[in-house]
Amino acid sequence: MHSYGYRANAVLTFSLTLLAVMCAMASLSDNRNSPSPSAHVQLRSLILNVTSFHRLSLYVVSMAMNISADLQSLFTWNTKQVFVFLAAEYRTPKHSLNQISLWDGIIPSKEHAKFWIHTSNKYRFIDQGSNLRGKEFNLTMHWHVMPKTGKMFADKIVMPGYRLPEEYR
Amino acid sequence: MDWQGQKIAEQIMQIMLLAFSVIAFATGYIMSSFQMMILIYAAGVVLATLVTVPNWPFFNRHPLKWLDPSELEKHPKPQPSLNVNSKKKPVKK
Repeated sequence: MHSYGYRANAVLTFSLTLLAVMCAMASLSDNRNSPSPSAHVQLRSLILNVTSFHRLSLYVVSMAMNISADLQSLFTWNTKQVFVFLAAEYRTPKHSLNQISLWDGIIPSKEHAKFWIHTSNKYRFIDQGSNLRGKEFNLTMHWHVMPKTGKMFADKIVMPGYRLPEEYR
Repeated sequence: MDWQGQKIAEQIMQIMLLAFSVIAFATGYIMSSFQMMILIYAAGVVLATLVTVPNWPFFNRHPLKWLDPSELEKHPKPQPSLNVNSKKKPVKK
């Protein structure tokens, strides 16, 4: 501590150590938050089409839906943003879980976390096979909470009980 | 900066930074504002730097007391004795 350089170095290293401790505590404080999010999806139309891909005939689904969700309780003081996506999930004989992302979005702040949108599927709902006809599937709202510092949290809400039509065009 | 000043400077630095980190974390948590925590802490770091890094007169209140030069005359440095050569190992005969 006898020279300017040593004192400046001491202030810098000690302050950065404390900053790291503060960030760790901020991350730990996220565990005190017990969120109660809700999500609902209402299908407005669900149509099974056939598309051809390299001489293969594949089912492709076009859909329109209302997505409403209240994810405000996911936000804490240490939350940077929330990434949310809606996936269709179903079983096939070959794979116990197939997930197809239909829509996604980034929620930048708590004010935007309670939303209602009317949208078609943003990404193609297509199966690598002919499993979709008359298929029962879940719509699952997944989210990843991205913190400013520390641990990332992920969770989901499963909404079961949707079924694809038997008829196709 | 004298010895006492260095000790005080280090203690002031540690106490200030600790206090500001606690205040900043508490304020940020209560106000739910991460930015507020960082701003308060940054202000604390700047303040701690200004208080402890420059060589303020406050840190020089306990100068070292060196012996007076006249003491040297009273107790002169022992002169090298004349029989320096006696240190040499006696040559064995």
